[in-house]
Amino acid sequence: MIEIENLNVWFGEGPDRVDAVKNVSISVGEGESFGLVGESGSGKSTILRAAMGLAPTWSGRISIGGIDARSGDRRQFLKTVQMVFQDPYASLHPRYVIGEAIAEPMRINKIPDSEARTDRLLEAIGLTPAHRFRYPHELSGGQRQRVAVARALSLDPKVLLLDEPTSALDVSIQAEILNLLNRLKKELGLTFMIVSHDLAVVSYMCERLAVMAHGEIVEVMDRETLRSGEAKEQYTRDLIAASV
Amino acid sequence: MTGKLVEIDDLRVAFRQEDGSYAEAVRGVGFTLGREKLGIVGESGSGKSLTGRSLMGILPKTARVSARTLRFDGNDVLSAPAETMRKLRGSRIGMILQDPKYSLNPVMRVGRQIVESIRAGDPKIGKTDAEKIAIDMLEAVQIRDPERVFRAYPHEVSGGMGQRVMIAMMLVREPDLLIADEPTSALDVTVQARVLDILDELVTRRNMGLIFISHDLGLVSRFCDRVIVMYAGQVVEEIAAKDLENATHPYTQGLLNCMPRINGSLEPLPVLDRDPAWLAETGGAK
Repeated sequence: MIEIENLNVWFGEGPDRVDAVKNVSISVGEGESFGLVGESGSGKSTILRAAMGLAPTWSGRISIGGIDARSGDRRQFLKTVQMVFQDPYASLHPRYVIGEAIAEPMRINKIPDSEARTDRLLEAIGLTPAHRFRYPHELSGGQRQRVAVARALSLDPKVLLLDEPTSALDVSIQAEILNLLNRLKKELGLTFMIVSHDLAVVSYMCERLAVMAHGEIVEVMDRETLRSGEAKEQYTRDLIAASV
Repeated sequence: MTGKLVEIDDLRVAFRQEDGSYAEAVRGVGFTLGREKLGIVGESGSGKSLTGRSLMGILPKTARVSARTLRFDGNDVLSAPAETMRKLRGSRIGMILQDPKYSLNPVMRVGRQIVESIRAGDPKIGKTDAEKIAIDMLEAVQIRDPERVFRAYPHEVSGGMGQRVMIAMMLVREPDLLIADEPTSALDVTVQARVLDILDELVTRRNMGLIFISHDLGLVSRFCDRVIVMYAGQVVEEIAAKDLENATHPYTQGLLNCMPRINGSLEPLPVLDRDPAWLAETGGAK
């Protein structure tokens, strides 16, 4: 479902050039949850941003749902994959009521019946149609993140890219959001790519994960390897040791 | 010194609502602190940061604060003249905030900020001596290249390094009490471990008191001696840090249970079922 081959992402040119992602290849199957972990600056979020067209200079190939991120139809691509960002306050327009925020992608894509769909989406994420008329500042952090998920789902995508979806939330709210994501994944047959600095979250959510450092993949492993503590690389073992 | 470093009893902080009434955000908090590491945990909005700020006397002007006792080393924080509080802040009480990006002056070199802090505490220290103290302190918080960092601007250092600079700046005044409000939440786990080691060593060696405010229960139980759990402005539980796993209050238990763990179950996570009874005023749980 997600094919990334020899991805390089860099910022700046000449002597100022910083290579944020170096020669990364990842393949994620349909219905799978794949985790990207690593410290800040390791390039994990940059991979998602490159896939969404938010990192302008990259080379290699990214294909999601069979659509090439560079040469494929942009609209079709964005109907296939949507992103949920870390900070739900920064990612929702402060002057749009929730209903507008969720319906906007549908309006842009001329999807009919957007009001009824907005109501259904609100119910799917555990809010009520009455929330359509609220502003983001009237909602709690957890409710805002639910709205961000609803907006991402409004185009009926097959893939969600989640960038630290719960790290701005309290653990009690995190549990609710993670449960919600897993339920939606099952109901809608979604594929997830989740960036997190929290190995416990990744171990809970993802079947496989890549550990990143300095823009490169240090190790790809499955959940069982993570849980048994049999990581091959010392870097990964240090990261696990610091997390428990 | 006799008695406790910090004594708080029935602390209340309230904010004015639109309709003119006051809503209490801190409702009757009480605890004492000696030369130890005390953790305060709770969710956002539980009043843990406001409690720390009350002790510093740096609440927003709109806050209405009252307490039966709010004392730092015998000084009544509520009635102390502004001059006395100013002297206490910085020299005897230090505070470290979550994000060094916002607590360092962005247009002033790191070294100058530390030197300023040293000389504000003791104007008799000459500039050259203060610079030497600053560089030594940067070294003490394990900054590898202290002279480079001394000359750097805050945006030129990483988050972990910025936080160590903040700690250095607080420690040059050798405070008796350090209030650390989510000091490592913005940092990576490996950097976090290093910053905690530094704090631990300094608390032990300099015999300081530390109030460590955090939403991270696991971290607090490993790092602190004693933990206070806050919910909706009240202390619902006070427990030895090593016994946190066996906490008795259903709120504390609920928080512990809803955290995913690397080796935990893959079933849906238990969510916190908030019992309205937790909101009832307890007059300080024991």
